[in-house]
Amino acid sequence: MEALMNALTELLADNTIFTMKTLGYYGEGLVTTVQLVFLSLIIGLVLAVPLAIGRGSRHAWIKMPIFFFTYVFRGTPLLVQLYLIYYGVVFVDGIQDTWLWLILEKPFVPALIAFTLNTAAYTTEIFRGAIKSTPRGEIEAARAYGMSQRLMMRRIILPSAFRRALPAYGNEVIFMLHASAIASVVTIMDLTGAARFVYARFYAPFEAFLFVAGIYLCLTFAILYFFRYLEKRLLAHLKPANQ
Amino acid sequence: MKKLLGVTLLGAAIAAGSAQARDYEEVRIGVDVPYEPMEYRTPEGELTGFDIDLGNALCDEIGVECEWIVQGWDGIIPGLMSRKYDAIMSSMTINDERREQVLFSDPYFTPPSAWFAPADTDIEMPYPQTLEGKTIGVQRGTLQDNYVTDNFGDVADVNRYATADDMVLDMDSGRLDILFLDFPVGKATLLDSEEGNYKVVGEMITEPKEYFGDGFGIAFRKRDEALAEKFNDALATLRDNGTYDEIYNRYFSEKQ
Repeated sequence: MEALMNALTELLADNTIFTMKTLGYYGEGLVTTVQLVFLSLIIGLVLAVPLAIGRGSRHAWIKMPIFFFTYVFRGTPLLVQLYLIYYGVVFVDGIQDTWLWLILEKPFVPALIAFTLNTAAYTTEIFRGAIKSTPRGEIEAARAYGMSQRLMMRRIILPSAFRRALPAYGNEVIFMLHASAIASVVTIMDLTGAARFVYARFYAPFEAFLFVAGIYLCLTFAILYFFRYLEKRLLAHLKPANQ
Repeated sequence: MKKLLGVTLLGAAIAAGSAQARDYEEVRIGVDVPYEPMEYRTPEGELTGFDIDLGNALCDEIGVECEWIVQGWDGIIPGLMSRKYDAIMSSMTINDERREQVLFSDPYFTPPSAWFAPADTDIEMPYPQTLEGKTIGVQRGTLQDNYVTDNFGDVADVNRYATADDMVLDMDSGRLDILFLDFPVGKATLLDSEEGNYKVVGEMITEPKEYFGDGFGIAFRKRDEALAEKFNDALATLRDNGTYDEIYNRYFSEKQ
């Protein structure tokens, strides 16, 4: 570790922009971005599964509110949602005196809420499509075995729907990573926030943003690789035989 | 560019022809308005502002008549060279590029920055110890940002905003403990528009130079050294006899 630090210090010796300090900003930004995106995706995923099932319900009182939720969050820009949640909450009278303010005061949680609701809305629609396109034969076979609706959902429909949704969901994860770049407008020092800081400090837009673009590319590559691995494992049975 | 070069050459030729300094009885001063609170017009159309008041006081002290000539910023140095006026007093920051063309007086002003906090704040003086764990708001990429980042970045949270409006909104909502801002901007957005809610904490800050710059100077043609000297002497006198402070407080005081 120390050898690495020394090597890095030597490498940076003649560089006025990328000093250990600015790299530190990028490092903290990377941690913040990954935390923000990872947490919002996990929570969004957990929310999306029941919502997707409810979205396909026969009852309008279940179906319609979920439709309304996904319609609103897919129909407005994420930036607007972020502004509304971050700046909007302070217009609730007296919120500063409640425990809610403890978590809403810092920009991280408002951004997490906005990102989570947004990704939950998209993921719900992705899963709903996958559930809807379950082959009739699988459902009929399950019925023939005498499975209840609940058991059929758990054993047959959801597992096969998740597999079909995987490529589309991989896209959503990448979109979410890129959408997180707007977090810096509410003062979060994420990757883009760090790049903006370096840009403003050294008047070096090209270096600052090129460097951060490289980091985003690496993250995207990791996500792509992870999903390719998942697809290979989970969708192996769908491959043509003899290949 | 060619034209500019021509004008400069002509100016140089004239300068060479009458090299000895002349005695000014009337000094014409170029100024670019509006730039509140340094120079602007009252609703009646009169020129006013810190530069104007200080400039007039300097002329009184020297004993010359002063005439203000309004000139757009991009032509303000060529205007001096082509003798449309004899000096520029228009919030001009002293720097090396300009020093090659003009002669600057001693710095007469550095735009002050100030700390603004809610009126009921528990922060008495802004030091790294007293701001530990607090959240400080600054505008991203400004000299205030650099100053706060270097001096308070390790002990306090620094929130950086794209606009002063966003920052004021977060200040109103209680997300920020203290702001570090250009004094005139903070005065307009916090002290004047929300009277009584905010106050200035500590002194106006204009040092150190590496953050806040050399300040503003009065620009003269290079050969008018005698005139610049007179202005420097007058400036020193006004600083000593309190006139400078009196004018300063007219425009840079939280009470008004």
